[in-house]
Amino acid sequence: MAIWIEEDAKVLVQGITGKQGMFHADKMVEYGTNIVGGCTPGKGGQTVDLQGNPFPVWNSMFEAIEATDADATVIYVPPPFAGEAIMEAADAFDTVKGEGVVVCITEGIPTIDMVKAVAFVNNRPGVRLIGPNCPGIITPGDNGGAKIGIMPGHIHAKGRIGIVSKSGTLTYEAVAQTMSIDEGQSTCVGIGGDPVNGTGFIECLAAFQADPQTEAIVMIGEIGGNAEQEAAAWAAENVTKPIVGFVAGATAPPGKRMGHAGAIISGGKGTAEEKFEAFEAAGIACAKDPSELGAVLLESLKAAGLR
Amino acid sequence: MNIHEYQGKALLKQYGVPVLEGIHCTTVADALSAYDTLGSKVVAVKSQIHAGGRGKGNLLNPDNGELVMEGGVKIAFSREEVESYASNILNNILVTIQTGPEGKLVRNLYIESGCDIAHEYYLAILVDRENKAVLIMASTEGGMDIEHVAETTPEKIHKITVDPNVGLMGYQKRDLGLALGLSGAAHKAFGKSLTSMYTMFMANDCSMLEINPLVRTGADEIVALDAKVSFDENAEFRHKNWDDLRDLSEEEDVEIRAKETGLSYVKLDGNIGCLVNGAGLAMATMDVIKLYGGEPANFLDVGGGANEEQVKTAFSIILEDPNVKGILVNIFGGIMRCDIIARGVIAATEALSLEVPLVVRLAGTNVDEGKAILAASDLNIHPADDLAEGAQKIVKLIGGEA
Repeated sequence: MAIWIEEDAKVLVQGITGKQGMFHADKMVEYGTNIVGGCTPGKGGQTVDLQGNPFPVWNSMFEAIEATDADATVIYVPPPFAGEAIMEAADAFDTVKGEGVVVCITEGIPTIDMVKAVAFVNNRPGVRLIGPNCPGIITPGDNGGAKIGIMPGHIHAKGRIGIVSKSGTLTYEAVAQTMSIDEGQSTCVGIGGDPVNGTGFIECLAAFQADPQTEAIVMIGEIGGNAEQEAAAWAAENVTKPIVGFVAGATAPPGKRMGHAGAIISGGKGTAEEKFEAFEAAGIACAKDPSELGAVLLESLKAAGLR
Repeated sequence: MNIHEYQGKALLKQYGVPVLEGIHCTTVADALSAYDTLGSKVVAVKSQIHAGGRGKGNLLNPDNGELVMEGGVKIAFSREEVESYASNILNNILVTIQTGPEGKLVRNLYIESGCDIAHEYYLAILVDRENKAVLIMASTEGGMDIEHVAETTPEKIHKITVDPNVGLMGYQKRDLGLALGLSGAAHKAFGKSLTSMYTMFMANDCSMLEINPLVRTGADEIVALDAKVSFDENAEFRHKNWDDLRDLSEEEDVEIRAKETGLSYVKLDGNIGCLVNGAGLAMATMDVIKLYGGEPANFLDVGGGANEEQVKTAFSIILEDPNVKGILVNIFGGIMRCDIIARGVIAATEALSLEVPLVVRLAGTNVDEGKAILAASDLNIHPADDLAEGAQKIVKLIGGEA
């Protein structure tokens, strides 16, 4: 088990003929992801060469899912078209098989487009959106696994720690920290740094709590909004597995956007201090330095009798 | 991206929201002729800067910092007063609670006709990240600091969430108008203006549209007396007119240049420059520098796929800040390979003849090649294996505690 994405999940790539899409599709195949083809409107019928093998391209997500029975899709479509790509995928999954996971990597999608896309996805309860502006989701396997996104696959190993984060490189940092104490990962989810996104912290925590493979959780937040506070309050009531947390942006000045569109302290709200306090109040063991996540996790595992 | 009040009002007008007659000026002579043109006995003389709290701000002489005038928004009852206020405002520094102590130089002025105010309301449209929808907020307590109202009398703030699949509904507008105690012609005018504002918000990819105050006049008209408009930068590609609305003098020059080369940079007050890949890790790097007794000089995210040239630009931007006494490079290579970063760091330090201490922490893809490249160079680069070690090293190198 893992969450949402099994090791052998069948994955489509939207924008597979583009530079980014092709580059990362190749890396995913190299990792061992079961890529079943891709979709680029107007290029249906062509094939794309990934790791020396041809992969089919379809004109539409309906065709692609009907032909492959895909479980998930990953979007590398430029910002002007990404909102619609999400909706096309959601519509096709919902219509063809009633379920599917849509992972959107694209950074820079207009917020209004995401408001519309998220509402569209939420009307299709079998469809899950991860991202946008995220590294994706990875379930390391015994032989390769399912890497759906842009994360460096080789730093991961199959294990029992679930990781959820708003930030890409901080997720990699967290992965490296688990590896430093000889722990692997069940699934790592990058939920993205945009103000309006799909899957949130709480859904990830609920899935990790329900997943028998996951025995502890690392949750990494950042300044802006109150998703971390809500997740912490929810976790206090609903999660029995140990959680270790970090929040980036303790030194960020108010009113300034720190790289991510959503990473902004506005009206004095959404500070790292607030979020750390909420974590601590919920019994989440916090690291003040991401290089200490491994040590804090090890302590938590020991305290829970897991080491 | 923010725009000025006068630009926001022009947009509101274009969408059918009533605003007062007004003229944008950049000189005192312009202001006087604007006064003559408007033909209004009473006019408002309003400083135009990209920050709120203008009315309660102070104007200071840019040369000696002496107080020139209290209040960045003035009501003038004569031509002489317009002249006096305009000359006190233009080319002086306006300091408000939102500008920070350094304030902002006022280059633009807006002269606006007077208005018979019966009541002031607050109205804002924004994207509510928690509900993932567009939210409209209104209050009978206009003209005040809305955060204060929200804290002291939250019951006076009324909210409606717009379903993006159906748009703003008639009943929502009616309910909001009633909640504000509006009736008759004013209630009707409010509904009409609200539709116009919502249309403007969506069509222009606004991230914020705040009217404080929105007023009801003695004649039961609804008029936008102020306009704070900001746009979602992600949507810039579909709004060619933003180039004309953008006031570059209001933005940090170095942040603009960073953005043009695909870097995300925010200047801070410390003395340790940071060069990091990824926004979250860049923030965490600043936090850890502080944790070990240092002060970060900047936030800098080189992005996921930076090349040698971008690394060089990043270094030169960091070094423009005279406070920088040392630099910490922190890269977790994913798509970005550590060997490429290492070459970029070497090229940049040579090209810029770097004199301040440099600590480089590399991890991830091709980390061993990257470290070997740095070790083989004869440059004075201090390697670190993790973020904590890197932060401790740079703090120590510049003579801090750690």
